[in-house]
Amino acid sequence: MIQTFAFCLFAAVVILSGALTILSRNPVHSVLWLILAFFNAAGLMVLVGAEFIAMLLVIVYVGAVAVLFLFVVMMLDIDFAELRSGFVRYGFFGLLIALILAGELIIATGAWSAGAIELANRTAPISADLSNIEAMGALIYSKYLYVFEAAGLVLLVALIGAIVLTHRERRDVRPQNISEQVKRRPQDAVRNINQPIGQGVDL
Amino acid sequence: MIGLQHYLVVSAILFVMGVMGIFINRKNIIIILMAIELILLSVNINLVAFSAFLGDLVGQVFAMFVLTVAAGEAAIGLAILVIYFRGRGSIAVDDVNRMKG
Repeated sequence: MIQTFAFCLFAAVVILSGALTILSRNPVHSVLWLILAFFNAAGLMVLVGAEFIAMLLVIVYVGAVAVLFLFVVMMLDIDFAELRSGFVRYGFFGLLIALILAGELIIATGAWSAGAIELANRTAPISADLSNIEAMGALIYSKYLYVFEAAGLVLLVALIGAIVLTHRERRDVRPQNISEQVKRRPQDAVRNINQPIGQGVDL
Repeated sequence: MIGLQHYLVVSAILFVMGVMGIFINRKNIIIILMAIELILLSVNINLVAFSAFLGDLVGQVFAMFVLTVAAGEAAIGLAILVIYFRGRGSIAVDDVNRMKG
């Protein structure tokens, strides 16, 4: 009973906030609705016992991706009213595409529930005596180790790519020249002289 | 009782909403990126629901990889957006076709 109620609550809020994400006028509000959608999707995943993915969703999406979005929306000075033009014109076409897609998804779900597809054996059956995070860890670090490493590589490439794209060389400031600093030796920088009394220092 | 069907319906609605978001906000690339995030979220719900109801953990592992790719895609997309804005002073994506050549 409580599970049904929780599912209905999470599902309703995730759909509502998803709709408001794409419909709201202010992109800052869009990002905030997106955060709410992610939280409720995490709730949906907790309900089926996928705690690890749910926590990852909260940490990665809410903690990193949504904050990145919020940062970019607030950093760039954008005229959002001008970007709203054509909303109705594209809206009809978008609705058409969405209806076709929805019909296809309903057919696919119906085909699934007809029971034509039978899964013979599970690759990694969920056991009741292991917690979700333990089982995920055992699977990721053994069977899917190389795929996991590849995911790390994807993140590394994204990191380097984002830095390379947004980094710009500025001509009007004097940057630190590290190789010159490291090359500097005491005998080049310091000079001992026997200074005669009564004469000026020769620099 | 909540079954696989209910999860699939929620995920399908979210997916369709993401696709519609791409079409109705065709000029605002930030909302388009958010709509793509919604689509990937619906895919994740789908993977996790199938994983839980079929008793196979692999779906959750792959949901994690989808999450990784989504994070990388958001970072790169926003970086491209920032350099595009720096050069143009606007983010209207319907004049991107001026970048020919």
